[in-house]
Formats: sequence, structure tokens, C-alpha cells
Amino acid sequence: MSKHRDVTQEKPLVQLLLIIAVTLFLGIFLVLPLVIVFVEAFRNGFQTYLAALGDPESLAAIRLTLLVAAIAVPANLIFGVAASWAIAKFEFPGKSVLNTLIDIPFSVSPVISGLIYVLLFGAQGVLGPWLEAHGIKIIFAVPGIVLATMFVTFPFVARELIPLMQQQGTRDEEMALSLGASGFKTFLQVTLPNIKWGLLYGVLLCNARAMGEFGAVSVVSGHIRGLTNTMPLQVEILYNEYAFAAAFAVASLLAMLALLTLVMKSLLEWRYGAELAARKRRP
Amino acid sequence: MDLRIVDLVKAFDRFPAVHGVSLDIRSGELLALLGPSGSGKTTLLRLIAGLEIPTSGEIWFGNENASALSVRARNIGFVFQSYALFRHMTVLDNIAFGLRVRPSASRPTEAEIKQRALDLLDLVQLPGVAERFPSQLSGGQRQRVALARALAIEPRVLLLDEPFGALDAQVRRDLRRWLREIHDRTGHTTVFVTHDQEEALELADRVVVMCNGKIEQIGNPDEVYDEPASAFVYGFIGDSSSLPVTVKHGEAVFDDRKLGLWSQNGPDGQAMLCFRPQEIDFVDESDGLAGRVKTVRRVLNVRRAELEVGRTSQTVEIDIGNDMEVRRGSPLSFRPRRFKLFPLDGAAS
Repeated sequence: MSKHRDVTQEKPLVQLLLIIAVTLFLGIFLVLPLVIVFVEAFRNGFQTYLAALGDPESLAAIRLTLLVAAIAVPANLIFGVAASWAIAKFEFPGKSVLNTLIDIPFSVSPVISGLIYVLLFGAQGVLGPWLEAHGIKIIFAVPGIVLATMFVTFPFVARELIPLMQQQGTRDEEMALSLGASGFKTFLQVTLPNIKWGLLYGVLLCNARAMGEFGAVSVVSGHIRGLTNTMPLQVEILYNEYAFAAAFAVASLLAMLALLTLVMKSLLEWRYGAELAARKRRP
Repeated sequence: MDLRIVDLVKAFDRFPAVHGVSLDIRSGELLALLGPSGSGKTTLLRLIAGLEIPTSGEIWFGNENASALSVRARNIGFVFQSYALFRHMTVLDNIAFGLRVRPSASRPTEAEIKQRALDLLDLVQLPGVAERFPSQLSGGQRQRVALARALAIEPRVLLLDEPFGALDAQVRRDLRRWLREIHDRTGHTTVFVTHDQEEALELADRVVVMCNGKIEQIGNPDEVYDEPASAFVYGFIGDSSSLPVTVKHGEAVFDDRKLGLWSQNGPDGQAMLCFRPQEIDFVDESDGLAGRVKTVRRVLNVRRAELEVGRTSQTVEIDIGNDMEVRRGSPLSFRPRRFKLFPLDGAAS
């Protein structure tokens, strides 16, 4: 250890203790469970693993999860860009209220988020009778799952973009307009390239949550096998039926999604960290 | 293109930034808007550009009332202090941007656009950087590219917002001369904002001095320096000292001492005496303004003394010769050779 320490740096012993504490904590609460998921999934061999995933109900769950993400993520991409654009680039009354509202899905329990839709669209809900009369099914069906997922994942894109766009300001847009570009061309050729990495980052996190959401989806899903079970719900059902190998097999897919997200997130942070953190001085 | 600004007002939420400014800008001239920060000069420039919407008043581009035109339709060339180059585009793409976004009917062919961009790079003396990205250029080079991009659309008027504000002193001086050359060659009507008096005086055909959202004086560099119209202009442009005096029967009086300085048709009463530190004569102790030296500082090529005068110990600054023997406490008497007296209840606020 060099004699020249930063004034804020701890003594070696304290450093060591802190590092051990963090490593132990992460090991016990994060790494160990992750390892167990894969160990359990492959306990009865690779064949059983594949068979568990090939089960029609599990396949249906995987398909439903992909479908939900395929709808919720693009929808929130558009809403997120629109919301951040409005908040970062315009002054209007109620702006701070809107800014706070965007955070609601983060602060409310996902179960409540699901319940809101049951109360709104369920058979006993406000709009229930009208929907039933017109043969529209939302609760205990795919639309409800999509809605609940969208609600829960709404803040991811917006929260990533708002600080970025606020920091970038409106200079580039003003410049493009003064050069004669239309609003749409300005957005496409100037605004979008400026925020693309932040946008990708937000979408990545949004997707991870959309595929992994349990609470809100559980309330609106109705757990109809092969129809309204997403992957997290399928894991729970299999586990409750003591089909451990199958449960861990499906869980391993979610774990892999998490790992993949983590890798891509790190890549983005490593490559475009300065732009994501909105710290870089602009040319 | 002649520009005419008529009684322009811009009020932001809490404070008015521009109150009632009228200004004629002549075709082909290089005009400086000079003032301290918060004087409304940048707001005025953004109003001309259409980046701000006026609260009232009119802006005319030649015979066309541009007040209601969008920034897009005004066809102006704007250059920001922060360059605002599109950082994901090459230099060439940046310059070509304004031509490429035109509707297809008025858009030149891709070959013409490229040629025009390359020509402009030659004009701003940056050949060979077409394929680079803004982050690979120095600050001065970026500002040249920003100007080339603004010129590409053949603007009716060129508007520069503190164009050299982010650059260091040496580059600023070089770019000043360079901008003057470009202006003389292209003849664009150009308005630039600056808080740097030296820049304004050296570069501009005419200088508009602004303070608190109003125009204090319009004139060529010699006029605003030699004949300041208000105590503010006197103080803001060039070095100056000021002293509150009383005018009695047309003569300035300080601490019951007649100064031998006569008001030019101004009224009797409280007034602000303004003069430049270098435009003074030393006189007998019994004459002129008498005081004691507080400090002597070196200001580039002159020595400048801070002098305490009068019973209330007001401080004024005067230049002293390099070989003059003065030290702290030395008595000195002087009389301004050139001066102005501004009545305190009006122009000299």
C-alpha cells in the first residue's frame, strides 16, 4: 500500500472489512440463489430440463410473456419519449405534477396496480357491466395482463430520458428549426440521435421488468393454465405443485434474461456511460 | 436586407427582458449588441431570430412583416455561443443539414449540396475536415463550422449570440479578424451579441449599447467611446471614473470647491461627473480635484492610482506617468481634460 493515500480513503483494515461484508452479502443474497436456480433446473439432467420447457403450458407461458413484452415495451417507448419530451422541453402549468405522476408505478405496490384494473374493468367493476354487454374481456384475459404490465413499467423509459433531455436542453432543436427543418425532421434527425443510448438503456430495463413482473399480473391474470399464465406465474404454479425441476427450468429462463440484461446494461454503461449519465460536455 | 425593429417588448413571467426597443439595421452592416448580462441583448437577438415570441412590437425584414413568421420561415442564420453542432453528424453533414431538410422541390441535388458545403469549408478556412466529427475539432474550429452551417442556407440575416464567448483570448482575437473578413467578403447583414466592449468596438460598424432591456446609445465605435450618451455607457465602455458633484451656475462643484469644469447646457443640481483615467492633467494643489493616493496598480502599459478625494473619501482612478514618484498618501491634484456631466435625475441612473 502506497504511503500517499487520498484523505477520504479508509485505513486498509476498514477497507478489507467493508469489502468482505459486501462480498458476503452479495454472495448469500444474490449469487447463491442464482446458482441454485440453475442447479435445481438441471438436477434431473438436460433432457428433463428440455422436456419441462417443452410442456405445452410452459410454452404457452413463454409465448404470452413475449407477447406482453412485445406490446408493453413499444407502447412505453412511445409514451416515455412523449412524456420526457413534454417535461424536458416545454414549460406548462402542472408540469411538476405530471413529473410526479410518472413515478407512481414505482411507489405503488404492484398488487395495488393490478387491483386498480380489476376494480375498473372487472365483472363487479365500474366499467365491468358495459364491457360484458359488448363482449369485451379485459380482466382474467390477455388485455388485462398487458395493461397491468404497461402500468408497472411505464416509468423506466421516461425516468431515463427526462434528466438526459433536460441536460441537453433545446439548443440543437432551435438550431435545426432555424436551419429550416420541420418539427418531425428535427425530432428524427436531431433529437432522436441525441437520446438513442439513453432510450436503449430505458427500453432494456423496461423489458426486463415487463417479462419479470409478478404482482400486478398475478391479480389480473386469473391463472388460467395455458391461457393467462406468464412465465413468473407459471413458475409459482409449478412450484406449488411440487414440480420443482419444471419450476426451476422456467425460472432459469428468467434468470438468463436477467443476466443478459445485466450484461447489456453494463456494456451500454461502459461504452456510453458519459452520455447516459448526461454528464458529458457537449460539442 | 434592411431590418426594422419597432417598439419591441418581451416580458418573461416575472421580469421584462426587452422594453420598447426600436432599431433600424442597415443592409450589409455588422452590428454589435453590447451590454452586461441581463441587459436583454440576447433576448433581442432571439426575438429577431424568431426563437422568442414578442409580447408586442414588430420586426420587419425589408418590406415583409416578419413578426408572425416562425423561426423556420424567417430564413435566418443563427450561431450559438455553445456552437450547437450536431455531434452525431460529420462536419460536412452539419453544414449540409439546412439544405438537406428542404422540401424536395427546393432542395439542390446531393452533388450540389456537397459542393456547397466544401466551398463553405474553404470560405471559413477549414479545408480537409469535412469527414471529422465535431468532437475532433477545437473550439475555434467548431465555431467556424457553426458559421459555415448558418451561411449554407443563404440567410437573410446572420445572427451571432456571443460567438466567441467560449474561446480563449488569443483565439478570440484571431476569429474576430476572420469574421470581419468573411463579412466583408459575403456582405451579409450581421448582428452579433457580445458583452466584450473590445470585441464590439473592433469588429462592428455600429454598436448598440443596451442596459436593463433598453437601448442606451446607438453609434459607430468612435461615437460610443468618445461621446457616451449616458453615465452607464461612459462606465461600461472603456475605463472611467465617476464622481457625484453639484452643478452651480453651470460649473461643477465638489465639496464646495469649484472644479473649473463647465456643464454643456445641462441643468444645475446633482450630477455625475465622468472622465477617463488617462484624459487628465495634473494641476496645482489649490486647483482642480485634490486627493491622496490610496494605492498604485500596474494596468498593462500604464500605472493607475486610486485617489481618495473629498470629505467623504470618494475614490476615483487616474493614470500616472511611469516615472512619477508617488506613494501611498502622496497628495495629488488633477483636472479631467475631457469629461461629461450627467444630471442625476435622468440619464445617469
